[in-house]
Amino acid sequence: MSNTLRPPLVAAPYAVTPHNVSRVMLWVAAALAPATVFGFWLYGWPAVHLWLITIGFSLFGEALCLRLMQRAAIPVLLDGSALLTGWLLALSLPPWAPWWLGAFGGLFATIIGKQVFGGLGQNLFNPAMVARVALLISFPAAMTVWVAPLPLTNPAAPGFIDGLRITMGGLPAAFDGVTSATMLGHAKTELSRGIDLAHSLVTVGAPADDLSGARAGSLGETASVLLAGGGLLLLVLRIITWHIPVAMLTAIAIPALIFHAIDPTRYLSTASHLLSGGAMLGAFFIATDYVTSPNTRLGQLLFGAGVGFLTYVIRTWGGYPEGVAFAVLLMNALTPVIDRYLKPRIYGRDRRGKALEIAEESTS
Amino acid sequence: MGILDRFFKSHGPDWGVHPDDHKRPAADAPLRTLPVPEKLYIPMQQHVGGPARPVVLVGQAVLKGQLLAEAQGNISAPIHAPTSGRVVAIGEITAPHPSGLAQLAITLASDGNDTWGERQPVVDPFSLSPAEIAKRTAAAGVVGLGGATFPSAVKFNLGKRLKVSTLIVNGGECEPYLSSDDCLMRYRASEVVDGLRIIMHAIGAGDALVGIEENKPEAIAAMKLAAEPFGNVRICPVPARYPMGSDKQLIQTLTGKEVPADARAAEVGVLVHNVSTCAAVHRALRLGEPLIERIVTVNGGAVATPGNVFAPLGARVADLLGFTGLTQEPARLILGGPMMGTLLPHATIPIVKGASGILAFDAREARVPEAGACIRCGSCTRACPMGLLPLEMANHIRAGDLEGALRYELSDCIACGCCAYVCPAHIPLVQYFSHAKGELSARERSKLRNAATRRLVEQRLARLERETREKAAAAAKRKAERDAAKARAAGTSVTEASP
Ligand code: SF4
Ligand code: SF4
Repeated sequence: MSNTLRPPLVAAPYAVTPHNVSRVMLWVAAALAPATVFGFWLYGWPAVHLWLITIGFSLFGEALCLRLMQRAAIPVLLDGSALLTGWLLALSLPPWAPWWLGAFGGLFATIIGKQVFGGLGQNLFNPAMVARVALLISFPAAMTVWVAPLPLTNPAAPGFIDGLRITMGGLPAAFDGVTSATMLGHAKTELSRGIDLAHSLVTVGAPADDLSGARAGSLGETASVLLAGGGLLLLVLRIITWHIPVAMLTAIAIPALIFHAIDPTRYLSTASHLLSGGAMLGAFFIATDYVTSPNTRLGQLLFGAGVGFLTYVIRTWGGYPEGVAFAVLLMNALTPVIDRYLKPRIYGRDRRGKALEIAEESTS
Repeated sequence: MGILDRFFKSHGPDWGVHPDDHKRPAADAPLRTLPVPEKLYIPMQQHVGGPARPVVLVGQAVLKGQLLAEAQGNISAPIHAPTSGRVVAIGEITAPHPSGLAQLAITLASDGNDTWGERQPVVDPFSLSPAEIAKRTAAAGVVGLGGATFPSAVKFNLGKRLKVSTLIVNGGECEPYLSSDDCLMRYRASEVVDGLRIIMHAIGAGDALVGIEENKPEAIAAMKLAAEPFGNVRICPVPARYPMGSDKQLIQTLTGKEVPADARAAEVGVLVHNVSTCAAVHRALRLGEPLIERIVTVNGGAVATPGNVFAPLGARVADLLGFTGLTQEPARLILGGPMMGTLLPHATIPIVKGASGILAFDAREARVPEAGACIRCGSCTRACPMGLLPLEMANHIRAGDLEGALRYELSDCIACGCCAYVCPAHIPLVQYFSHAKGELSARERSKLRNAATRRLVEQRLARLERETREKAAAAAKRKAERDAAKARAAGTSVTEASP
């Protein structure tokens, strides 16, 4: 296989970029850090525990597979990709979810989502989203228990030990009162009961388009501003390009704008769509995953637009209140096709690969 | 606005890479001249095409500039003595070639006098016919000094035939570390400009565009001054972006024209010559001097006094490194630039016409990071100046599917190395491509050979078959005769026995 060609040790170019894979992954982690820390503050110790458990198990899953294949695990773990997979998955879980949800998800992400396909670079689907969807389908109840923010500074917030108890044993009765619904979920449930948005939304704690993100939701999805800030950092560092995030957010915003204008009592506003659920996290950190998105600019625009549009469709008319994960997976499946048909134009050739005509004036 | 610019637009072209250029301080050091070494080793193949054929004998005394070896075939170049002295050997040496194979070379022992032979300067080259200029350029052994080493006169004739309107002069020198062209333009701008005007005359071009990367302000200023009197010679600063010095990319940047795949630049009305080639043409015509020396950049972390050195061809890398001094044993020696240069096995290799630089890297510069798995980040695709998909080509080659790689137009790859440079997984992409290109051309050759062999085998089989047939026929005939004879004999005996 990879041994059919064994290149000599050194060949041109003799200069290499200072970038490397671990550095890319570490920068992404750094860009996620503010939103994550905000999530910790917002939802307290249980969130911290869940985050650690999810990452731990996704690293463990990766190491296990490598051991089974008799490959050294440490160098691969150091590339940071399993860490990032676990991290992204943790950010998309309900912050007070029980430990086994994170553990199962972490293992599923790296084993089924990634190593089964052949490891880094070989997987068709985004591992974190594969795991999230698997959890959502297998444990719909546990995946939709949300809590209202209970900041660490709040005396009612669970301490380290209580937090551990919550993560390990489920929600104790003392904290029953804090369960809540996400804005998208609430709106969907109420709509299905025939209560329109004008009435249902007033009962949600924080306004849907509150920029601070202090509301019920996944561990790291609500802090839209911090996520967008992290995304901008990645743009500045040129780790990602603007194509996917801009296309995705635009493709959510445009239908939202149209339908909200048509019937504001049935369709959420653009701001609510962009600022809630996994829109920001998805646009900057998940849809932009190198491995599972197209690698030409045009392809990325199409891919991003697809994810955005499907997200809107699923949220609005589908069975689930949130659609980013499904939309990402659907577009992941289309990525090979997009890559196949949207190739960059080659110098001296037209888009279809035919050599350009030689201009008349010079052949005369 | 500034920050938005950074996201949405990049400075200059949207291809290529911007490696740390390491050009200074070497580029700013004054030009030095290497004293002629005791012995010069002059390979017969310093150009693309047929190797030159020696016309001197061992023991023969030669003067500087005297013909040592003549061109052989349509595409070839003669070679001249870089100094006066005596031919002491004609034999094989290790030549600067990726294969590291031995090559025929003439060894010249300098007599220390550096005495010129006869020269035939032309006072007014513009009074000569284009054909005469091409002839003199060819006789002076001038080849493309940007690295391609294609015989210049052949290109002149091509340009003339295809009615090229614009001469593009390549002063890009986009390879990191190198500054020999920069140095030439700083110190000898008027030679370059005169040479390029002679080339314009030779190919019948109406104007010339000189592309110089913006990171060489001194060269740009000197060239602008030298080109001032000539309205049809324009000095054009171009963005410093590798591989700006690649012909196709420079043509596109300067004229907006793209050279169609499988076509030559001359077919879109332009011809590219390097600035050093222009200076060599100037010397060949105005001074009657053949190409026997050049400016070589000696640079890299292991060099004590990096800079540009004027050196006779045939001087060895060791002579140059001895001249500039080393701070440490080089961890790697490279001929040319770090992006497309050739690895040198040792320092006893001579300087040839196309040698723009010698790099002696220290251990840090020579570090090769371990290759990892492709993360499909697309950096290689964005960097490729040809618009290819390096990761897809490499995937197919890794799987042994060379035809698959060809469908991604592997043959359009200019081996610039941008993809491998940017790859965060440090995958040696260019190696895959050169391996595949080599393998494909070997297959092509063996296909031809196989076809010929198959024909021979078929002919042989047909012959054998015919022979067997004939033998069988002959045997059958003999058998029939024998049988008939037997029958006759039996008949007789029967008759004899019957009574
Ligand atoms: S730059 Fe390297 S890692 Fe990135 S897609 Fe290309 S080959 Fe893969
Ligand atoms: S594929 Fe070829 S042309 Fe493109 S960047 Fe790589 S080496 Fe250069």
